[in-house]
Amino acid sequence: MKALNWRRWVNTFGPLLALLGVYGLFVLIAPPSFATVRNLETIARQTTIVGMAALGMTVIIIAGGIDLSVGSLVALSTVVIALLLQNAGTGPVISAAGGVAAAAFFGALSGLLITRLRVVPFIVTLGMMLVVRGTAKGLAREQTIAVDPGRLRWLEYLLRSVAGREQSWMLLPPGVWMWLILAVVMALFLRYTRLGRHSFAIGSNEQTARLCGVAVERVKVLVFTLGGVFAGLGGLMQFSRLTKGDPTVAVGLELDVIAAVVIGGGSLSGGEGSILGTIVGALIMTVIASGCTQMGLPNWVQEIITGAIIVAAVAVDRLRHRHIA
Amino acid sequence: MAERVERQQSALSLQMRGICKRFGATVALQDVSIRVDGGQVLALVGENGAGKSTLMKVLSGAVIPDAGQMYLSGAPYLPGNPLEARRAGVAMIYQELSLAPHLSVEENIVLGMEPAALGIVDWKQVRRRAVEAIKEFDNPELTPDAQVRRLSVGSQQLVEIARALAIGCRVLVLDEPTSSLTRQDVERLFEIIGRLKKQGKAIVYISHFIEEVKRVADRVTVLRDGQVVGSSDVDVISTNQIIALMVGRQVDDLYPRSVRRPGEVVLEIEDLAGLEKPESASLQLRRGEVLGIAGLVGAGRTELLRCLFGLESVRKGKIRLGVYAGAASPLKRWMQGAGILSEDRKQEGLALSLSLADNVTLSKLRGFGPFGLVLPSRQDEATGRWIERLGIRCLGPRDRVSSLSGGNQQRVAIARLLQHDVDVLLLDEPTRGIDVAAKAMIYRLIDELATGCPAEGRAPRAILMVSSYLPELMGVCDRVAVMCRGRLGPTHRIDEVDEHKLMLEATGQNERSAYSV
Repeated sequence: MKALNWRRWVNTFGPLLALLGVYGLFVLIAPPSFATVRNLETIARQTTIVGMAALGMTVIIIAGGIDLSVGSLVALSTVVIALLLQNAGTGPVISAAGGVAAAAFFGALSGLLITRLRVVPFIVTLGMMLVVRGTAKGLAREQTIAVDPGRLRWLEYLLRSVAGREQSWMLLPPGVWMWLILAVVMALFLRYTRLGRHSFAIGSNEQTARLCGVAVERVKVLVFTLGGVFAGLGGLMQFSRLTKGDPTVAVGLELDVIAAVVIGGGSLSGGEGSILGTIVGALIMTVIASGCTQMGLPNWVQEIITGAIIVAAVAVDRLRHRHIA
Repeated sequence: MAERVERQQSALSLQMRGICKRFGATVALQDVSIRVDGGQVLALVGENGAGKSTLMKVLSGAVIPDAGQMYLSGAPYLPGNPLEARRAGVAMIYQELSLAPHLSVEENIVLGMEPAALGIVDWKQVRRRAVEAIKEFDNPELTPDAQVRRLSVGSQQLVEIARALAIGCRVLVLDEPTSSLTRQDVERLFEIIGRLKKQGKAIVYISHFIEEVKRVADRVTVLRDGQVVGSSDVDVISTNQIIALMVGRQVDDLYPRSVRRPGEVVLEIEDLAGLEKPESASLQLRRGEVLGIAGLVGAGRTELLRCLFGLESVRKGKIRLGVYAGAASPLKRWMQGAGILSEDRKQEGLALSLSLADNVTLSKLRGFGPFGLVLPSRQDEATGRWIERLGIRCLGPRDRVSSLSGGNQQRVAIARLLQHDVDVLLLDEPTRGIDVAAKAMIYRLIDELATGCPAEGRAPRAILMVSSYLPELMGVCDRVAVMCRGRLGPTHRIDEVDEHKLMLEATGQNERSAYSV
């Protein structure tokens, strides 16, 4: 009984401890500039794009799926937002919604293809990664789309540092707050709604879910649509940082997103994962990047360390499964 | 390069003497002795759970016996695993074939013992061996470069046999070899068994089908409850005698039976057929009764329940559940007041990595909070009641199902039907692989559900129960029907039949007698 509680405790808070450990390590070895409040804000800002997309990916992975098209969806979203602002002349709210809707559409399409054609998510979204990337490039005529500064309005402040400005009472930029609030919403969604519980059931054992009358196909389509929505929101954050639409941005971002979920305890075999874990996973990666940069370590060192952490996290995941089985 | 089994000079014989095996408190085998000689076919028969498969696992080295000896041609034989058994010359051909479906016939035949020099495969040699191994079978479909997954099941089985022969196995164990074969393939297999026999191979043939045993075997050994209850030459024993040996058992009062008052018909099916099985099934199930479906593994009973519940496609026929007609999805079935208990707890019945509470409430996540929300505390509360009522041993509603024992897992699966409060229960092998205490609890529960309790306002339920264990069906059912090779026979009142009669029907004996009249 004691062992079980201990294990559950580690499953829940293990990633959080790892985050504190990594942070503490860099506080000790990195220059003093690392341990400042200002740097904490920077870390949060740098995590938001991956972290936003990872909220949707968490649900997808819990339901036993995977989405490799996330990077392309982010790029598409920035292009659509820029096109709407610059060419259609719509306001920032409508433009942002349009970008998110475009990503959601392709997420739903992935879900439909997976359930109707009965092709595994890996393959469908691998194809979708190219389809969406191509669509984004086509829409943008293979160029970046600059937006007149006057049309941006609040869109340019989403991830801009609030330090030393009149919004400093917010502590963190509005985009980061948006991410954190949506994270809470998603955590509650997974725990307290039927759709959330059904996602866990499908990921844990699809046959059982079907036996129990769960509309497996419908749930999967919804889950992938949700994944698209969050990838689109990630695109909104990306747009805010770049203030232009760029169809070639965020190549390979899906791997960072998946890594965040997996480091946070999500199992690629489904049925396991948590929003808290995902957020921690995304933060761990940024903390490493930030720490290495401040220590003046070259980029390749960061990459090696991040890679090692991903493998270690999955190895831990396998070990846990062996315990359960 | 794998070594070919040395040809021993002494006469081929396989003996098992005084084999005993326990699993925890259950005695799987008790002092079992069998013998088969070269040029002979020994049939091993018995009901499901009689110990046949454990005995064969001992023979193949997959299970180490607690006591007893084995001899192969007079020399002690003690395989540590199936590979050692093969090296010694004993090969098992299981129901589920162990072939690499994407590889060719010849590659499968030499798999793991490819003739090679310096790691480079000698394909000429491969071809020669494969041709030699399959020419015996005289089957046009069976060519060395045919891809195995494109072959019929019967031909695939021959590939498996060819593989065993290619490494020089002389004792072949065929486990229910005909259960998934067509009539024609069965004939072909029998012919090949005859040839192998002439070549001096020793063959152990495991089957439920007494007709087959009578045709193909020289001797028959009957197992019941882990013991040999009879052994005889096939010529001098009648089918009836074999069946009497297989079942001869008393039904005790493990099975409570209250007075049941069957009410209106709640489930009616007419000439129902699935994609493959069942071929034809008709029955009427009334409220307040337990209707059993007997039959052998693979007869199509599980498929019948799955068709009823919308888990498998229906080809033709009529289904009426309560006032609802026609086929439906599992979701609709739950909403119409039916629930199913899967025969496969681990693969289908339960989501093992989830908690008890999630498993028990999964079919109806409603009424656990405002605005359609699911509050875990309310799930736990509901689950806690069933933990208490069914005596589930666990740490609490949040315990993972994977950490429970088989009997307790089955209680969780049943708790889902009770929590959902269904009127029609489809139970598929409800007591498979669980301990006696859990079995007794389930029998009691079935009786309570069928009887109902008017005083507490609980209406009687209707229960359709599939089981391969005849004593259990005799003990709990009001009526019983037998399924044989996809066809559901007429329903009998339980006091009009006995195990012997059911076994005759399940093994297709009544069909044969019908022809002979």
